[in-house]
This record gives sequence, C-alpha cells and structure tokens, in this order.
Amino acid sequence: MIPELGHFALIVALFIALMLGVLPILGAARNNPVFMGIARPLVYAQFLLLATAFACLTYVFLVNDFSVLYVSQHSNSQLPHIYRVAAVWGGHEGSLLLWAFILSGWTLAVALYSKHLPEEMVARVLGVMGLVAVGFLLFMLFTSNPFDRLIPAAADGRDLNPLLQDPGLVIHPPMLYMGYVGFSVAFAFAISALLGGQLDATWARWSRPWTTVAWVFLTVGIALGSWWAYYELGWGGWWYWDPVENASFMPWLLGTALIHSLAVTEKRGAFTSWTVLLAIAAFSLSLLGTFLVRSGVLTSVHAFATDPKRGIFILGFLVTVIGSSLLLFAWRAPKIGLGGKFDILSRESLLLSNNVLFSVAAASVFIGTLYPLFMDALGFGKLSVGPPYFNAVFVPLMVPMILLMGLGPLARWKKFDAPDLAKRVRWAFASAVVIALLLPFVLGKWTPLIALGLLLAFWIIASLFIGLRQRLAGRGGFMRRVRGQTLSYYGMQLAHFGVAVFIIGVTMVKGYETERDVRMEIGDTVKAGGYEFRLEGVSETTGPNYVAARGHFLISKDGKPTTELFPEKRQYNASGMPMTEAAIDTGLIRDLYVSMGEQIPGEVEAWAVRVYHKPFVDWIWAGCLFMALGGLLAIGDRRYRLKSKKTIQVNDGSPTAAGITAAGGK
Amino acid sequence: MKPRQKKFMYILAAVALLGMAVGLVLYALKDNVSLYFTPTQVHNGEAPQGRSFRIGGLVQEGSVTRATDGLTAHFEITDTHRSIPVVYQGILPDLFKEGKGVVAHGKVEADGVMHADEVLAKHDENYMPPEAADAMKKAQEANAAEATSKPAAAPTAK
Repeated sequence: MIPELGHFALIVALFIALMLGVLPILGAARNNPVFMGIARPLVYAQFLLLATAFACLTYVFLVNDFSVLYVSQHSNSQLPHIYRVAAVWGGHEGSLLLWAFILSGWTLAVALYSKHLPEEMVARVLGVMGLVAVGFLLFMLFTSNPFDRLIPAAADGRDLNPLLQDPGLVIHPPMLYMGYVGFSVAFAFAISALLGGQLDATWARWSRPWTTVAWVFLTVGIALGSWWAYYELGWGGWWYWDPVENASFMPWLLGTALIHSLAVTEKRGAFTSWTVLLAIAAFSLSLLGTFLVRSGVLTSVHAFATDPKRGIFILGFLVTVIGSSLLLFAWRAPKIGLGGKFDILSRESLLLSNNVLFSVAAASVFIGTLYPLFMDALGFGKLSVGPPYFNAVFVPLMVPMILLMGLGPLARWKKFDAPDLAKRVRWAFASAVVIALLLPFVLGKWTPLIALGLLLAFWIIASLFIGLRQRLAGRGGFMRRVRGQTLSYYGMQLAHFGVAVFIIGVTMVKGYETERDVRMEIGDTVKAGGYEFRLEGVSETTGPNYVAARGHFLISKDGKPTTELFPEKRQYNASGMPMTEAAIDTGLIRDLYVSMGEQIPGEVEAWAVRVYHKPFVDWIWAGCLFMALGGLLAIGDRRYRLKSKKTIQVNDGSPTAAGITAAGGK
Repeated sequence: MKPRQKKFMYILAAVALLGMAVGLVLYALKDNVSLYFTPTQVHNGEAPQGRSFRIGGLVQEGSVTRATDGLTAHFEITDTHRSIPVVYQGILPDLFKEGKGVVAHGKVEADGVMHADEVLAKHDENYMPPEAADAMKKAQEANAAEATSKPAAAPTAK
C-alpha cells in the first residue's frame, strides 16, 4: 500500500509541476495576478507530494519490503539501518527521486525567500523550475519508477553495493545533488530575466546568493566524493578524471566562472549576456552529468546497468532544455545592453580572463570526457582518454589563472595602472619565488613541478596579505577597519586561501608521496616515508553483514611506536563481494595509509599489502572546505538580506569598489 | 587607445587564447588517447606494437598464477574466441576474479604478452565493462562465423 501511495504522490506531483510550469509564466506574460499568485501554493503542494514519495521509499527500505523491485535490488535484511536510508539513493531510480525531491526543496526555498522580489520575477523563476521538474518526473514515471512491484516478492534483497556502505556515501550524493540541482535556480533566474527582458545589476544581485549556495554544495559534494574514493577504493588516489568525476567537475568549473561574472554584473553592470550564457551552460552541464552517469554510455566506476530507453529520454530532455534556452537567448539577448565600459587593464578584464580560462578548462574536460563517445558513435573504434590528457591540459590552463587570481582582488575596476600594480605586488611575488625555489631543497627533493606548485600557492597567500594590509592598515582604528569590511570580501579571501591550501596539498602529495605494494608475512616490516610498518598478525572478524580478515599493523618512526592500524579485507554475505577497507592514520602534515590486497597462496601466511605515506594529502580537502566556507561567508553579506525593491546603483560608489579605490590610491 | 583598436585587441587576444587552447587539447589528445582492442584483434596483429592500449574481456578460468614474489600475477584475458596472456605486477582490484569482466591497460611486447600497468575490474560484480561486453559480442560473431564456415570450408581447405 505504501509504495502505491508514493507512486500516486509522484503522479500528482507531475500534474502540479505541469501547472506550475505553465500558469505563472502565462500570468507574468499577461500580467494576470491570479495566475502569478498561484505559483507559491503550487510549490508548497509539490514539495509536500515529493516529500511524501521520498518518505514512502525510505519507509519501504526501512521495513525491508522486498516486493518492491528497487528495494530488492539495493537492500538486504542484514543491512544496518543507516545504510538502508542511504540505499534509497544507492541506485538509479532512487537517486532520481532524490534529485526531484531536492529540486522541489530548492523551489520551496526560492518561494519562501523571495518576498522582496517583484511578483512577475518570482512567478517566472518558479515556473521555469516547475518545467524542469516536469522533465524529471516524466523521466521517472516513464522509465525508472522506484515503486515498481516485484511479483512474487523476493525472499531477501541483493544488498547494497558494499562500496556504498560507508558514512561518506550517506552524505556525498545529497550534497552533490544539492549543488547540481542548485544551479537550476541560477538557470531559472537567467531564463526569467530573458523572458522579462530585465537583465541588470538587480537581477545579478538576486541570483548571486543562490548561485553561491549551489556552488558551495557542489564544492563540498565533490570534495566528499574525492575523500570517499581516497579511503574507500583502497588505492589512495583522490582524483581519477573518471567520466563521472568530470561530470560533476564541469558544472563546478562553469559555476565558479559564473560566480565571478555575476560579481561583475552586479557591481559594474557588465558581462550580462555572458553571465546568462554561463548560467544556462552550468545547468546544462549538470543535466549532462546526469545523462553521463545514469545512461551508462561511458565506462565508469559509477555507471549503473544500461538502459537505452533512459539514455534517449535524458538526451531528448537535454536537447529540449539547451535548445529552447539558447533559442530564447538568441531571441532576447540582443535587446540587452553590453553594460559598463572598461579598460584592457582593469579588474573587469582580469575577471573576464578568469571566465575565459574557466570556460576553456571546462571545454577541455568536456572534450576529454566525450571524445571517446563521439569516436565510438562515428565508428572509429573504442578508445579512452586517461588522466595524462587531463593533466597535460589542465596544468597549463591553471597556471595563468592562479597568477591572475593573485592580481584580481588588488586591481581597480574600470582601469588600473600597470606599473603601479606591479610595484605593489613585486615583493609578494619575489618572496613567493624565493620560497618556491628554496623550500623543495629543505624538503629533500626539487622538481620543476613542485617549485611551480609552491610558487602558485605562496603567490596567492602573499597577494592575499597585500590585499588585507591595504584594507586594514592606515588611519582609524584597526578593529573598526576589520569590522568595516564586507563579509563577501572576507569570503572571497577565504575561498582564495582555500585554493592555496588545495594547491599545497596537491603539490606535496604528488611530489613527496611514497607508495609501496609489497608481499608481507606476519612479522615483516616495510618502510615508507621514514615510517616502519610492521604486520603483527591477521585475525578473523565479523561485522553485521560481512566477515573480514583484519590485519594488525604497528607503525613506528625511529624505533618509537606511532600508531596501530587495522585494515580489513571484507567479504559481504549477501552479494559475496570482496571489499578492501583501508586503515588511515590522519595527520595535519601526513597520512599513513595501509590497505590489504589478497592473501597470497603458499606455505606461510602472507598478504599483498599497500603501504602509503601521503604528505599533506588532507590539505586537498581542507582547501575545498575553505573554498566552501568562503562561499558561505559571502552569502552572509548584509546586502543580500536587504528586503528592499530598490535597484542598486552601478557606479564606483559600491562598497567594495570604494574600498579598493581608497586603498589603491595611496 | 581608440575603441576600435581596443576591440581589435580583445578579438586578437581571444583568438590567440583559443588557438593555444585548441593546440593544447589536440597535442594532449594525440599522445594520451589509449585505444581499445579485443583479444581477437590483438591476436590478429591489429593492435600497435610498442604503444599502450587497452584490452577487455573475461579472465580465463584457471589461468591465474602468481610468481613466487607474490605480487606478479599472470593471467589470460579472453573474449571466448581468442585469449591474450597478461602479466601484471601489483595488487589486483577486489573484483578481479576468474570468469569475470576485466580491462587491462599496457603494452604487448614481441613475445605476445601484455605487460599491464593497470588492471580494472568494476565496482559492481554484475556490471560488465562496456569494452569487455563489446569484446564478447564480437567474439560470439567470430565463433558463429567459424562454426558455419568450417563444415563448408573443411573439404576444400586442406
């Protein structure tokens, strides 16, 4: 009965979404207040219905109702409760339901926090989000209904994929989806601005906090996924340029570009058309991500079983969304002015190059990800594009980006004086160069890439100091100046600092990690990164739904014991799948990582073992966290909480520009 | 600078950047694309020598042996029509199993053995890598062709 209730809720939600997608937009076009006013109640209803559907699916998972096909495929009576909840989005159908549910949540948030926006704008934004929901609900009901019954019911379920039975996987997909789907808000704002023909600084200011929230979620989601891959897959890598990783990374790259171009649009009224295009592209790539992950067209660790019907549906949906929004863009964009004037040497043009570089980076990832697909479709045979391609393209693109990133916050809007700026940053740059050249010698190994990485990281940090000094030093009380800066300024600096932390992590782990695959007998010792790993013994242990061989490693440095690690080699009862559970000792400046391979047949008990010493690896995720926190700070800025309908004035009098001018003028 | 000159500068910069980006992508693609072949194709000598590529198929039942160092594994990848011996030093993935789908990346040396630097098995036990699935499909066709052509060809062939 409960599954049918969920199914019914989905069907009703589809009709509500249809009404939401049509009536308010019509109302806004004809200036009909009744049709516009109906948007919010429809959003509430849609959210309640999808919450009901989601609750129903969670319930059938919790009570082990194996007469539901999806439950029988992704759960098991031995599965711990927390993973039964996570199993709701452990497969294709459920993750789509999660997607639709999150979309309705975002729509609800827009409906609730848009009281200060003009009625037509709200109607259009909610309407566009309703249309997106129509697409997803149709997809779910026609090709992938999570409530389909299995008759006769299975005696027990096939179990959740052991890799997904992990706390990281409980929160990774919802976070990622919050980000993916969150870009639908930026998209809806862009589309409704196109429909209404009012692309101005006001629109950018409304759309900006939403975009930033989505970006924060996406950043956290990607970082969680990377962290999960690091400790769960057992090979110690944190990024593999897997198509599905790329699928989440492309919207992130464009989303980052979008955040920066929205800043220009809001502050200076420039780049409007470009910003709209970015918003459309970022959301389209989110949809493309779904297509790549869910259709199974690409070889990927994430791919679920292929169903061509699904792929064609998503492709059709994708073509409809991209095609119609680009048509709308082509039709309406010429009516929009290009905005403020600026010099070649100006903060605008620095941000423009940021945008170009991010877009080119996204395009290069796009090409690398889809190239095999095109070649296969054209009959040129199957091939794959691996990490070397992405590294070869990405590093040269990111170097100028980071160098410019140090300059951007220091440069003036409209026009800056190049010699003056050079004079201001020369010591920062020089000290970064010196540190980058010398530090690797101290650390024991000098390579050009290590030096380059450190140069970029310290350049960011040094330029950040210059920026802060200019803002905070000078006449007046220091504390008053500290309080005088906007939260969004601190947010930006924190996010940029996160990039520096991230780069340090990547550089150190790439440059100085030790990875050893060895055969170990009980009592054997292996050295990695100055630490000694000794295998004390291997014992049998049982978990709630698995049995495992559990290794006992004693780690010591210079004869002094550091820690003990207990990696496991698990065998899951229901699926029979083996799984490596790595053991990690996390530290501020290094991780010690042990994972067990298989037992090696022979007379004495011996195991294949991976032993890693990974310096600064956690800085990678810490950097992402700082970026996300920076985003959060920026959203907290006071100007987004103003409940006025006043349009802001686009001139040099905006707070940040004034601060820069004052600081830069000395 | 006059507005027209400025515009020209922007266009020039954009074209230069675009050109560089395209060049970079093409250059990187040229060297870093790994082609994929089925065991039958490798057997027929269609795969390039001295260059890395991927083969996909099933791990031949009973073919997995280990050297005394415990870390070097020998096995065969088959598409049920032909099979290619593979040697790999390192820890095999969890889901590497005889009779299951696998993809190996490496070079085939003159001795006809693939020296793999990467062996992939997939997250889900019942999920077949597309490369492996494709190899099986082609091999079935090849097997079928052989089965039908043999009786007819046998009298005339030898």
